[in-house]
Amino acid sequence: MTRIVYFLPILVFLGVGAYFAIGLTLEPSRLPSTLIDQPFPEMDLPPIEGFEEGLSRDNLKGQVSLVNIFGSWCVACLVEHPTLMTIAAREDVPLYGINWKDAPGAGAAWLKRHGNPYTRIGDDPDSRMAIDLGVTGAPETFVVDQQGRIRYKHVGPITDDVWQDLIAPIIERLRAS
Amino acid sequence: MKHLVAFCLTVFLSFTAWAVEPNEILDDPALEERAREISKLLRCVVCQNENIDSSNAPLARDLRLVVRERLEEGDSDEEVLAFVVQRYGEFVLLKPKVRSSTFVLWFGPAIVLLIGLTGLAIYYRNRRRAAAAVVPLSADEEKRLKELLGDD
Repeated sequence: MTRIVYFLPILVFLGVGAYFAIGLTLEPSRLPSTLIDQPFPEMDLPPIEGFEEGLSRDNLKGQVSLVNIFGSWCVACLVEHPTLMTIAAREDVPLYGINWKDAPGAGAAWLKRHGNPYTRIGDDPDSRMAIDLGVTGAPETFVVDQQGRIRYKHVGPITDDVWQDLIAPIIERLRAS
Repeated sequence: MKHLVAFCLTVFLSFTAWAVEPNEILDDPALEERAREISKLLRCVVCQNENIDSSNAPLARDLRLVVRERLEEGDSDEEVLAFVVQRYGEFVLLKPKVRSSTFVLWFGPAIVLLIGLTGLAIYYRNRRRAAAAVVPLSADEEKRLKELLGDD
């Protein structure tokens, strides 16, 4: 019986070790969003330079849509850009952009150079909208349902794989419900 | 002397300046003091082990401005913190509230220490008991021992 006591430290070590090993596989920058299933926050953003239309919350109502946070300074945004262009070309789901923390004209110039996948774009130079959305970095993408509620938040670039395996099925499910 | 004062001011003020830029500072010193205290409680979501008061990340700066804006609009300290928690979750509080999900975080180290102390207490008690349990030799054994050792 007392033998067990001698093995106790090893057992405790294994337990703690397993706990930390799992912790190491987690991505600390991926914070759980507090906004899931909440209505999209109040939004009324002005257009970026050279554009007529801004972006408001009313634009999101009526159909499942995507809201993407991007900036011309954001390298990872360039990674997902080809995928966003493909999504836009399909004209299946509206893709709205929030141009986050860009100097006047920088976002527009970036879109001119690489192509514009967005249906509408709002300007957010001082992070007010980004903070309301709990954004921690770009790119981030929100899936918004027909009623204007946030149903999913993706942190990081939307690659073709992410789109096919993650985002597209969520959109399908929301449309079906 | 003037130079010395200027030098000292430069050196010592730079220690308290942190990342807060002059144009962020509120005109009302009491409000600014509250803003600084609140900022120290909020985690920068970009560089996660820094508070927003000392972080140079652009998002931390924007959050500092939001904190000041809320204060100017008359929010209490708790309301400002709640405003940020509502958007970023409890994770942004560098001093999370005590509740079931943060129980291990708050009391884990104390519990581990307690387990260790209990183990130590048990160990020493058993050792003392084992020492006390040594039975003295009987008369026969005493005799035999003497024989073997040849004590005369």
